[in-house]
Amino acid sequence: MRPTSRPSPSARRLGTGALALAGALAVAGCAASSSMGGVDLPSVAPSTDGPAPLRIDAPSPDPREGLGAGLFDAEEAAWNVRVVSRTPPEEPFVGQTNSDLAFKDHYVFQGNYDGVQIWDITDPTTPRSVVTYVCPASQSDVSVYGDLLFVSGEGLSGRLDCGAEGVDQQISDERLRGIRIFDISDIDSPEYVANVQTCRGSHTHTVLKDPNDDENVYIYVSGSAPVRPSEELPGCVGALPSDDPNSALFRIEVIRVPLANPEAAEIVSSPRIFDDLVAPPEHGPAPADLEAVERAREEGAFVLEIGGDPTVLPDRYVEPLLQQFVERRGGTGAPTAQDSAALRSYLPQLAEQMGGGPTADMGPTQCHDITVYPDVGLAGGACEGYGLLLDISDPVNPRRLDAVSDSNFSYWHSATFDNAGTKVLFSDEWGGGGGPKCRESDPMEWGADAIFTIEDGDRMEFQSYFKIPAAQTPQENCVAHNGSLIPIPGRDIMVQSWYQGGLSIFDWTDPANPVEIAFHDRGPVNAEQMESGGAWSAYWYDGYIYSSEIARGLDVIELLPSEALSENEIEAARSVQLDLLNSQGQPRFEWPHTFALARAYVDQLERSRTASQAWVDGVRSTLDEAEAMSGGARRDLVQTLAMQVEAQADAAGDPAKMRLLADALAGLAAM
Amino acid sequence: MHLLRTLLILGLVTSAACAGTGPSPSGAPAEPVETTSPADGQEPDLGRLEALYQARADSARAQYHPADVDFMTGMIAHHAQAILMSLWAPDRAGSDAIRTLAARITNAQKDEIALMQRWLRQRDQPAPEVSPEGRVSGHGAHMHMTGMLTDEQLARLEASTGVTFDSLYLASMIPHHEGAVTMVHDLFATDGAAQGDLVFKLASDIQVDQSSEIARMGRMLDAMRAGSPR
Repeated sequence: MRPTSRPSPSARRLGTGALALAGALAVAGCAASSSMGGVDLPSVAPSTDGPAPLRIDAPSPDPREGLGAGLFDAEEAAWNVRVVSRTPPEEPFVGQTNSDLAFKDHYVFQGNYDGVQIWDITDPTTPRSVVTYVCPASQSDVSVYGDLLFVSGEGLSGRLDCGAEGVDQQISDERLRGIRIFDISDIDSPEYVANVQTCRGSHTHTVLKDPNDDENVYIYVSGSAPVRPSEELPGCVGALPSDDPNSALFRIEVIRVPLANPEAAEIVSSPRIFDDLVAPPEHGPAPADLEAVERAREEGAFVLEIGGDPTVLPDRYVEPLLQQFVERRGGTGAPTAQDSAALRSYLPQLAEQMGGGPTADMGPTQCHDITVYPDVGLAGGACEGYGLLLDISDPVNPRRLDAVSDSNFSYWHSATFDNAGTKVLFSDEWGGGGGPKCRESDPMEWGADAIFTIEDGDRMEFQSYFKIPAAQTPQENCVAHNGSLIPIPGRDIMVQSWYQGGLSIFDWTDPANPVEIAFHDRGPVNAEQMESGGAWSAYWYDGYIYSSEIARGLDVIELLPSEALSENEIEAARSVQLDLLNSQGQPRFEWPHTFALARAYVDQLERSRTASQAWVDGVRSTLDEAEAMSGGARRDLVQTLAMQVEAQADAAGDPAKMRLLADALAGLAAM
Repeated sequence: MHLLRTLLILGLVTSAACAGTGPSPSGAPAEPVETTSPADGQEPDLGRLEALYQARADSARAQYHPADVDFMTGMIAHHAQAILMSLWAPDRAGSDAIRTLAARITNAQKDEIALMQRWLRQRDQPAPEVSPEGRVSGHGAHMHMTGMLTDEQLARLEASTGVTFDSLYLASMIPHHEGAVTMVHDLFATDGAAQGDLVFKLASDIQVDQSSEIARMGRMLDAMRAGSPR
């Protein structure tokens, strides 16, 4: 059975659901190729098995290597991107560190260790300074929500009165460490309306808008500096929780901000999300373990008594130890019974050495940063030696679902989810961002990203590392830093800053095989010695990449099409318009139904060779034909095409992508 | 849709645009600011901004506290010893986990030593020299900071191999790192110290990096004592 050439009006109104039904019906009658209502598509079945992995020929030698130095005149390398504008800092902020970015409407808020810079980006080729608000405090991490601007203060020199003279007393009532709140309803004149002081200050913070609460927003405060004395901020306790249950360590702070009355913002909870995040409590060996040890002993294994518990000395230690005894008696060759006996008599001494000394029975005491994804109810916490997956469905009481650690990771820095919320990428800010960790000799697994899949919604499974493949000089601080997704439909593509390693755009759709597809980099600030610089944050917002350059100001960059990214995919990404973006509060992207969106999916089917070329050509010409039409004729043609794509989905190499295309077409027809 | 939105935004902007420097809250002695904006139709004078950058860098270097200098000097000696201990690992360690840990400590602390030496030199302060092997010479050569090993403890570590080295290395490096964390706390407990961003950042980074590493080393030591291969 074939559907009629004109779908009934009710099917049209019912949209994709009805189309899916129609598709299911159509499948019965259609082989791989089908024709309906003026659309005659060839067989979709690809000639190759399985999708082709993403491939792109990267420029060689890598043009990021060997770039000339300079503050405002460094050499640049760009691959598959174009710099639209480079705007130096306003004078008050020249020579002071630019930090994170937040976005609202056509404004960019750029943190600076001396305050906040607000740019008007109506014309991205010429960002225009609106306000240069001087109010020193590191790191000035920024977020916006509604008419409120939030700014982090962590350093010891931040002042309540925004003065620049610092605070010269260890204990002072003039110091601000925590969150400053500004009213920006008049963007030209931000008003400092409130602050919330916290025990460890605020290194970063995360604004969480609970989908079920329109009166408040919540701020998760991450502070990594030492705890303030209680004489400065009452209630702050720097002792371990075992010594004082009120310890400011091993917790985050949750601030609730009433939107109508931000002056009443206050800490409402201090969740101990790290509890029990240590090696399991010590207990004696189980009877089965003891039996195994005894069996091993009978078979000649070397058994140590550590803390009264017998333990088999691991094989990898036995050989070198025996070899030592051989050497000690001046012998050569294989160990003899004499050496075994010597080792056996040495065991008590070895046990004492292994049992001695302190252990650090501690998990992380703080997070560096938390990325919330309210739409899926999850957060990724990058917390010292761990990456955490949190359930944030109750914003005041985040709950840990899973924790991962990795011996290649030094310092878990930040998290980014994929749009579906089924993957999460953590970055490792090895060296704190001030170190040159992208040199030729630095391992590719250190100071990199680690990509995890989220299994069953609550468990993380490691897939791969990603690090920029271009070696940087010892004069360039470089390590994985802040980034955001780029809303390329049907793929996971993100832009990420790497300090003086520049910014890199990579595809992690296949979590086991991330592929770099574009980059921009400058030479070092100074050729002779390390001076801090580079991209602190690089985020996609409403069609462009905005990069906060620590020393050089604000860069605006656009994506260019390449073999790994088509013009249609870029256009579809640009069609996603947000009116607010705090990158640590991840929005879910939804794509307007456009011809570009449909063509983007077609391009992807072609690139991955999951549809036959003849089919791809057929769909493209039908889309061209439809776009040239108008009104009912266009609608009918697009809708018919949608049904046919749906009907052929299972014959393609990527049925899921076919259905995305069918949905996009159905949505386009319904517009 | 995109075009319409852009037009709307443009319309809004024309009425709202007004460049300038934001007011600081009452009582704030905000520095006087002269703003030139690209919006004036003028390209910013990059040469002048670069001169300003250099002038600010110079003046930032003039502002530090004696406790900052002591911290940097002492931490160089402290870090150097961690490198000395870690460079023994490739030949002596019994496990790859210890070799990896030691390589990372060497890498991290070498970079921080370079940063601290540069900080001191830029302020015309004597900076301890550190040989590639982690031996300190010149100013600060005989400093003994908290958590550092005695010569006797060092000799014991140097003489050990295999599992003995691994457990001794961890059992020594944990208090060594704890000493660095204590030094950061002492710095922050000093009136007027760590006001400069560089010192604050370096000290905070040392605190968080070494605290994370202490926890990691604790887990490794626990695992080793439990006899479970990692």
